[in-house]
Amino acid sequence: MNKARQNPLNTAAMHGALILYTLIALFPVFVIIINSFKSRRAIFREPLALPDAESFSLIGYQTVMKQGDFFLYFQNSLIVTVVSLALVLLFGAMAAFALSEYKFKGNTLMGLYLALGIMIPIRIGTVAILDMMVATGLVNTLWALILVYTAQGLPLAVFILSEFMRQVSDDLKNAGRVDGLTEYTIFFRLVLPLVRPAMATVAVFNMIPIWNDLWFPLILAPAEETKTLTLGSQVFIGQFVTDWNAVLSALSMAILPVLVLYVIFSRQLIRGITSGAVK
Amino acid sequence: MTALTLTNVNKSFGTVEVLKDINIEVEDGEFVVFVGPSGCGKSTLLRVIAGLEDVTSGEVRIGGELMNLTPPSKRGIAMVFQSYALYPHLNVRKNMSLALKQEGQSKQVIEQRVAKASKMLNLEPYIDRFPSELSGGQRQRVAIGRAIVREPKLFLFDEPLSNLDAALRMNTRLEIANLHQQLDASMIYVTHDQTEAMTLADKIVVLRDGHVEQVGSPMELYNNPANQFVAGFLGAPSMNFIPASLIGDSAGTTLGIRPEDLYLTDDGPLTANVTHVEHLGGDTNVIAMMQNHQITARLFGQHQVNAGEPVRFGYTQDRTYRFDPQGARLI
Repeated sequence: MNKARQNPLNTAAMHGALILYTLIALFPVFVIIINSFKSRRAIFREPLALPDAESFSLIGYQTVMKQGDFFLYFQNSLIVTVVSLALVLLFGAMAAFALSEYKFKGNTLMGLYLALGIMIPIRIGTVAILDMMVATGLVNTLWALILVYTAQGLPLAVFILSEFMRQVSDDLKNAGRVDGLTEYTIFFRLVLPLVRPAMATVAVFNMIPIWNDLWFPLILAPAEETKTLTLGSQVFIGQFVTDWNAVLSALSMAILPVLVLYVIFSRQLIRGITSGAVK
Repeated sequence: MTALTLTNVNKSFGTVEVLKDINIEVEDGEFVVFVGPSGCGKSTLLRVIAGLEDVTSGEVRIGGELMNLTPPSKRGIAMVFQSYALYPHLNVRKNMSLALKQEGQSKQVIEQRVAKASKMLNLEPYIDRFPSELSGGQRQRVAIGRAIVREPKLFLFDEPLSNLDAALRMNTRLEIANLHQQLDASMIYVTHDQTEAMTLADKIVVLRDGHVEQVGSPMELYNNPANQFVAGFLGAPSMNFIPASLIGDSAGTTLGIRPEDLYLTDDGPLTANVTHVEHLGGDTNVIAMMQNHQITARLFGQHQVNAGEPVRFGYTQDRTYRFDPQGARLI
């Protein structure tokens, strides 16, 4: 081990910096959560105080539960996020495998075409997308959102994954071919497990924008039964009056599932990094 | 019967010709080594035989059957890779049995063949371990085991020893030689190391820039090289090449003398200044400059020669080789 790294002063400084950063990053989240448990008056009087016996109130959560079908919104968001992620990872990885593994005419051109999507924001095409969804009758279905998010996530996924797949040993894939494995088996059984850290990265990059998106749910699926969580929370924000208790409570609950998904993926990420380091 | 016949095989990637008009025959039970400097196309040739690359033109026949368009798994071959290429998520037993499962062999046959192979390679204590828990030498043995269980007509080895350290390389080399005797199968072995080629081969194929320079048994090639390239490539230290004009012979031609054919003598025809001496115990390598040409002499036993000293070397005329300016052998 490097001696400089074991110096207690350096270690303390390093941890100090990291702790400071963590505090700054978590502070807004912390404020949201403590205020979601306070009465409306307490939120405005002392926004930074912890809820005590006098100011503690679950009024925000009660409002959220009463008004609108919050669990349905929750379920919609979860379905859209998980299915979109699964599709992005599956098709992104397949396209990346084809681009990195097979020599065919227009390979580079195809790669560039797919990468173009990273540079052009999908929202520019909103009107055209809405037209298409109306034409296909997908407006106000979760599929509208899933398809759009899949399209939105694919360019970056293909770009990152094809870079990683190039690093997978050719010998391993060839050994599979000599042993009589099909190309699909080689892809699913040999290559995918080796690029798992990259898949986790892509998943984390895509997950949060999808979960937090307000734009496409508002345009493509504003119906009551297809509302997502972010769209559902908007009912508490009015032009003149905002029900802060309800907004903060809804946000606090919205954090949870993303947190769980993130923990799952980040463990994969860390495992990938460490298994590579101590080969 | 011939195990492998290559007829006029050509392979190009785009406009780059990698293999040019290759014709090779491998007899049943023969151990053939493809040897050549890096970039000579020997690995590509092996991949063509395995079916991992298609030929641009020409014929590949394995066991007499035309295999140009047959996928690798149906060619009756097994391949051992330089980087072992073990399946990381499978243990040793499953690594070895995967191909048999794909072929649809019965459980009994699989078990029997895996047991036989692991016994042959002393892999029994590790049979349930994963590749990441094995050392380099053990991994290479698993890779060889994975090839053996398939009982192929033809084994292909792609530089299997180059990832091992020197001591292990020698042991594994002997194991492969033993294996060849026990299995009595045809083997093709690719390497850039002439020692491996000389020690293992029944027949050596020397390749350069995508074409075959010479084919023959190790001693044939050593004693009777067709050209300057083959002469220089086989043998360590490699053959000395001296412009013939330096010893008063016809200008333009080159004289080749193997290091072990030079000896120290007071009235030798070659005068040189010693630049470096390597004492190996059994041998002494003397590296000397003769005008602007470096020559190496391999002297048997221990000799007290110092750097900077002038020395004279002698040689016998019938142990020399002559090459024309294009490198072709003159007889």
